[in-house]
Amino acid sequence: MKLQVLSPGMLTTIQDLGRWGYQGKGMPVAGAMDGFSLQAGNLLLGNHRNLAALEITVLGPALSVKEGQGVICLSGAELDFHINNEKVPAWTALKVKEGDTISAGASAGKGARAYLCVSGGFDVPLVMGSRSTYLRAGIGGLEGRPLKKGDILSTGPNVSLWERSEGFICPQNLRPSYGKDEPLRAVMGPQDDLFTKEGIDTFLHSEYTISNNADRMGYRMDGPYVEHAEGADIVSDAIPPGSIQVPGHGQPIVMLADRQTTGGYTKIAVLAKSDIYALSQKLPGQKVHFRSATFEEAIAIAKKEEQKLREIDLARASYRSRCKISVPSLSQGTWSVTINGKSHEVSWELMDQKKGE
Amino acid sequence: MADKTKPKILHAGDSCIVAEFGSTISIEINSRVQVFRKRLSTAGIPGITELVPTYRSLAIYFDPTAVDPGSFIEKISSLSSDISSSTMPDSKVAIVPVCYGGELGPDMETVASHNGLTMEEVIERHCKPDYYCYMLGFTPGFSYLGGMDETIATPRLDDPRTLIRAGSVGIAGKQTGIYSIDSPGGWQLIGRTPLRLFDPSVEPPTLLDAGLWVRFKPITIEEFRKIETQVSQGSYKPVFLDKAGGAI
Repeated sequence: MKLQVLSPGMLTTIQDLGRWGYQGKGMPVAGAMDGFSLQAGNLLLGNHRNLAALEITVLGPALSVKEGQGVICLSGAELDFHINNEKVPAWTALKVKEGDTISAGASAGKGARAYLCVSGGFDVPLVMGSRSTYLRAGIGGLEGRPLKKGDILSTGPNVSLWERSEGFICPQNLRPSYGKDEPLRAVMGPQDDLFTKEGIDTFLHSEYTISNNADRMGYRMDGPYVEHAEGADIVSDAIPPGSIQVPGHGQPIVMLADRQTTGGYTKIAVLAKSDIYALSQKLPGQKVHFRSATFEEAIAIAKKEEQKLREIDLARASYRSRCKISVPSLSQGTWSVTINGKSHEVSWELMDQKKGE
Repeated sequence: MADKTKPKILHAGDSCIVAEFGSTISIEINSRVQVFRKRLSTAGIPGITELVPTYRSLAIYFDPTAVDPGSFIEKISSLSSDISSSTMPDSKVAIVPVCYGGELGPDMETVASHNGLTMEEVIERHCKPDYYCYMLGFTPGFSYLGGMDETIATPRLDDPRTLIRAGSVGIAGKQTGIYSIDSPGGWQLIGRTPLRLFDPSVEPPTLLDAGLWVRFKPITIEEFRKIETQVSQGSYKPVFLDKAGGAI
């Protein structure tokens, strides 16, 4: 497909899962802020999970299909989503064709970032192995910048049987739940030993507010002062995603997708990957708490999230084949059935798990 | 007896652990980081996705869905014994030609007068040592160099520039460095190299790497223009010597 940008939205960039492998060269990773939603959106369409999508921030773009056809879906934050001015559901594979207009409006308060995925992904040149936009150096994506009015976006070739994914709805239990106020889980370290006991207690038992100083690089928190044992500066080391830096001002800064690769501030803890995504869906003014998770617990959470993505992929594959579904964890779904050329939506729910069909 | 060269293994979230060899800036500590990086990169441990060497530690990124947490750390830890710093893993010296002063080094006079030196003396002192590249970071391709003569140290500009061209060579306090991409900055600019420190269209995308040495070589503005043209045509081959002096 070819799509023309009618309006770009607040900050819309092309992102995949990021430019990994070059942090040792000083190259920030960038990539989707909510990597789960990007992967889920791609899998809903039958794409490879790392294909490039549009990352939409708070207020979405409007696009017009100039050429071709394909399936699209909106994942992540629940924005008002329209095709040809008709409201359509998010987390659903929808067919579009030449002449259609796609628009994503404002967030209804559930999440800050949405992903517009298309079958075949957005086709921009790979730069150092990734299509992600890194704004600060103007690298990747569409000329290293956010979308602007008049841009023409091309998509890659449609996957085989792409039309049969149309109408697939991501099961509710496999979607992230935004707006919940559960504490963000963090593995303590690598420099938790450079804080006082009081400092760590403050960090783990206080409410923090996301400040206005919050972007793709990091979110600065406002809240109680986190006390260092001897000072906030260290000889620079690596900054993994979700690192919670505490500079001398005592306010935690959570480092996100566009973070620098190295830095010289103490890191009290690092967020579990799925809670990096959860934080990325929050906006300035929202409140967060942190809680300590063990390394083992954080890895178990990551494995559970991966399992959800596999289930989405399996559910989509079953939907595409329209055969009897024998995925044990799947308990409900919707089929699209065409009889005499008329399409019907059939919702179903598994009554007896043991029968498995 | 405890192995003093063994790094501390620190948690850094669910997808990274850090092997920390010390907490200060020293070539001895950094060369252990380089040795361990080489060792892990050939060990074939499943799950490792990226190794990031810094001044004093090695960040080991991994796929949390592909590892068992306990045995993964054990494997890393078991490979971290007996890491000597005596064998320098990389003793290559990159020759970086620099055109000093003039419009390419607008702060040369400031640096000279701040230290009571002539421009020639600043150039001589800046070109004399081989600088050790501890790590890359800050911006893509930016190298943290150690070993500058402190008699040319100069504080940063009070009022940073909004745009500094890639290749600009500067001094900030006791540090010297090369801007790898166009960016704002407050370093005192004493010259510029026509070489590209960072080019995303080539592999590897950076001229320098952690563990390398850097030697600055003064060139005239005519040589600068000539090399600049060769670089843009892709015909310039950067010069690397081994530390003993021979060409590689």
